[in-house]
Amino acid sequence: MAGRRKPPEINASSMADIAFLLLIFFLVTTTIVEDKGVLVKLPPWSSEPPETQKMNTRNVYSVLVNAENQLLVRGEPMRLEDLRKNTKIFISNPDRMPNMAETPTKAIVSLKNDRGTKYNTYLQVYNELKAAYNELRDELANKRHGKNLEFCTSAQQNEIRSELPLVISEAEPTNFGEEN
Amino acid sequence: MGKFASKKGKEMPAISTASLPDIIFMLLFFFMVVTVLRDAELMVSVNTPSATELTKLEKKSLVNYIYIGRPMKKWQALYGTSPQMQLGDKFASVEEIPLFLENHKITVPENQRPSISSSLKVDGEVTMGIVGDVKLALRKANQLKVNYSAKTRSN
Repeated sequence: MAGRRKPPEINASSMADIAFLLLIFFLVTTTIVEDKGVLVKLPPWSSEPPETQKMNTRNVYSVLVNAENQLLVRGEPMRLEDLRKNTKIFISNPDRMPNMAETPTKAIVSLKNDRGTKYNTYLQVYNELKAAYNELRDELANKRHGKNLEFCTSAQQNEIRSELPLVISEAEPTNFGEEN
Repeated sequence: MGKFASKKGKEMPAISTASLPDIIFMLLFFFMVVTVLRDAELMVSVNTPSATELTKLEKKSLVNYIYIGRPMKKWQALYGTSPQMQLGDKFASVEEIPLFLENHKITVPENQRPSISSSLKVDGEVTMGIVGDVKLALRKANQLKVNYSAKTRSN
């Protein structure tokens, strides 16, 4: 026992400095990115021209966005703010109008833009169309299950999604107003 | 002076800094966890539009990023001011998209490949011409899950 010494204490005061150094490194390299966006499923590509499908015009909701970022919906100009409301009316067709969708499952939204259309406008239009469907789905979910779609079980969600399918068909853009 | 003389000998006790490393380590771990090391420097200016119907990108390793925007100031002498696409850390043409997608795909385990999605980070002021070309190239490469990156906007 005589030879045993008390172990020397390790000085930990530089620990903070080391930790600080690492901290500053991670502070500098950090980018807290919120990666969110509008999810889109593109149609598969085929080299043959698609077979022309005769659609009943009452079921097609055609939206055109020109190079001036103006909207033409079913042949009539429309403001972006009114698009969501009108799309909802078209899909659900509450008054059984003869010029609107027979049933929501048959409704198709056709979107076409120019090459000169601003990306911002395009995304806003897409967003409004998607929002119209999401609101209708939420309304249906509330009516049936008393809660919003995201709180329903996945079986209920799938059922509602299949009753209100989001079909946005995009045509090839026309060559107007391409900038350089 | 008499007032202060009475305090002589009663010095303020030294504040113990022994717990300082712990606090710093806590901060360090927080930043280590939230850090995403950006693998590529952005060469185009991208200011994404804002939207409401957003979906969160779940797994970072299953996402490949395509940037479209006007080249930043220091690149304008070389690449001009018209909108360009950036893949990885360099400017690229639409023809290079299939190779880029393939290079990303081989880093992903085979059973997860169907859930690979492309995140399009596009500047709001860019016209749809180049975006349409990229979309067409993605369709031809059978990369159909696309996420148009956007900021959150409340209604």
